[in-house]
Amino acid sequence: MEAIYRYDGTFEGFLCCVFDSYVYQEYPIQFQDPDHLAGSLFPSRSVGTDHSHAQRVLASLGKIDPYARELAVKGFLTCAPERERLLYTFIRALYDIGQPLLRQLSHEAVLPVLKAVRHLDGEVHLLRGFVRFSEFEGTLAGEIRPKNRVLPLLRPHFCDRMYNEVFLLYDRTHREALVHRPGQWAIVPLESFQMAAPSAAEAQYRRLWKRFYDTIEIEARRNPKLRMSKMPKRYWDTMTEFQDEACFLAGTEQLPEGAGR
Amino acid sequence: MDVMEKLTILTDAAKYDAACTSSGAQRGRRPGYVGNTSSSVAGCCHTFSGDGRCVTLLKVLMTNCCVYDCKYCVNRCSNDTRRAVFTPEELAELTIQFYRRNYIEGLFLSSGVLVSPDYTTERMIRCLELLREGRRFNGYIHAKAIPGTSPELVTRLGLLADRLSVNIELPSERGLAALAPNKTRKAIFRPMGLIKNTLLENREELVKYRHTPRFAPAGQSTQMIIGATEDSDRHILSLTQSLYDRYRLKRVFYSAYVPVAENTLLPSLDTKPPLLREHRLYQADWLLRFYGFRAEELLDESEPNFNTLVDPKCGWALRHPEFFPVEVNTASREELLRVPGMGVKSVGRVLYARRARQLDHSDLKKLGVVMKRAQYFLTCKGKLLDGLKLRQDSILRNLIAAERPSLPQAEAEQLSLFGQAG
Repeated sequence: MEAIYRYDGTFEGFLCCVFDSYVYQEYPIQFQDPDHLAGSLFPSRSVGTDHSHAQRVLASLGKIDPYARELAVKGFLTCAPERERLLYTFIRALYDIGQPLLRQLSHEAVLPVLKAVRHLDGEVHLLRGFVRFSEFEGTLAGEIRPKNRVLPLLRPHFCDRMYNEVFLLYDRTHREALVHRPGQWAIVPLESFQMAAPSAAEAQYRRLWKRFYDTIEIEARRNPKLRMSKMPKRYWDTMTEFQDEACFLAGTEQLPEGAGR
Repeated sequence: MDVMEKLTILTDAAKYDAACTSSGAQRGRRPGYVGNTSSSVAGCCHTFSGDGRCVTLLKVLMTNCCVYDCKYCVNRCSNDTRRAVFTPEELAELTIQFYRRNYIEGLFLSSGVLVSPDYTTERMIRCLELLREGRRFNGYIHAKAIPGTSPELVTRLGLLADRLSVNIELPSERGLAALAPNKTRKAIFRPMGLIKNTLLENREELVKYRHTPRFAPAGQSTQMIIGATEDSDRHILSLTQSLYDRYRLKRVFYSAYVPVAENTLLPSLDTKPPLLREHRLYQADWLLRFYGFRAEELLDESEPNFNTLVDPKCGWALRHPEFFPVEVNTASREELLRVPGMGVKSVGRVLYARRARQLDHSDLKKLGVVMKRAQYFLTCKGKLLDGLKLRQDSILRNLIAAERPSLPQAEAEQLSLFGQAG
């Protein structure tokens, strides 16, 4: 029987949907998180989140293959439209066929998940480099606007690299922040965040970086198209070297929250 | 002179160096130290400059003062340009502060020759010692070894840096003699050999004693300038090959010559940098390192330069029709890697996926094979792609069209080359 599943929007909640769909022998054709408004003619079910159910589903995936588990975890972080439905189809096929499904890279239940995860991994890789921090009295703060929920995957990289630092990395798209101090980290929801105006020293380092960036280019080789293909424009508005003059002056206000170009 | 001015002068003087990678060294975090070296295999690009080149490291010279007079170089002593010298403190502060803000992955330190190679290297060592020991910098450092430096100093430099490089500059002895009168081939290859031997000894010691200090864990690289002399692609590529074979280099970089000086021995000032040629050499370099090709397969005496219209791999495939078509479901990894349109990643996926079931043409595209190129060279379950026309000239035309949009320079001479190939 087909049904619409309503759940709390978390990964655990989604795993419980998988669990319940087998308990009630239903096939969820749509997943709605609390932000979803539209009504529908299909029967719907509210799925409560039960930690032990979620763990059982996750463990069952790991038992089939650790890679299957990884795909499910990462798949849920992607920005693929209807990612829950894609993942559900994938998990269902995985239970039917088992481990050999993972080798069928072009299988209709596998390929969309692989593609979404590749997109996620690509964005994570780029952002490892494109994140910019600013210093405010010893604390570092940065902001990104990614398409996918990259913070959980950026976390190990930045917590290692900046092991001795106190820092905050804000994801404006998903309104959450990674906060870290030596030996401790957390990813917390954060509705709004506004970077303070830079101090004199901070502004000077921004200027130095901008100067370095402008100087390192070889004009005889100018190639904006190549640059754009390596570094898509949507990343530019959180990168220091592409900000307008106000960003390089001490004590002036930053861009208003969420301002894009 | 303030730091801003120094940074401008010394960046401007360093920008023609091609190497900017941070891969190869894996050093975890250390309590009390700043940073680590990125564990990612692919390195980490922090931005891309207006010319589309990746910026990974703070690439500067320690000084652009130089006692040498190499004709092709902006820093030659006869050039009337502003000179600057970084103090170790300035350089360390810049590196640390840029690194903390995630602007860079580390420092690329090169230098003009101040007084003598030994004197310069000692100053570089002082800079790096302050950075590594004084400021506890644990990120990536790439240092230039200057030809003519004494072995003890090169060894000390290698213990501070992750990667060392000695620039070959010009691909031939003749070119060196004409354009870089203060450098000789021997002086360049001596430190290169020394680094190779020290690396080997160090690796052996590391097996015995785990805490032996590591010497240049990311190995050594080099670069040469393309287009300042008359050397052929074949010469450059065989030199590259022998550098990988004999000196175990991690990378050879090519730098298209950008005219910076007026000299009768050099291309004139209005010459455009040979970007397409550089691109072809990099493509071939990849074929040597990851695809199991040898230099002599790609170019020979009758054809000493790369075709500007087709990439080296397609060129090889077109000259070797007897090798194709390759059967996707049974061919070895080595064979698959020789198919144009298949790369290391897509070959990996094909090998992985074909163990589950036989693949056909519609699968390949989903696995990331570029069918525009690959379709002419492979069969699935013994069959070519339906409706495929296998005429030599149409294949060539389609292969050229498939690559054109991604090339650095539009080529105007296509008609003449069609005639040649048909």
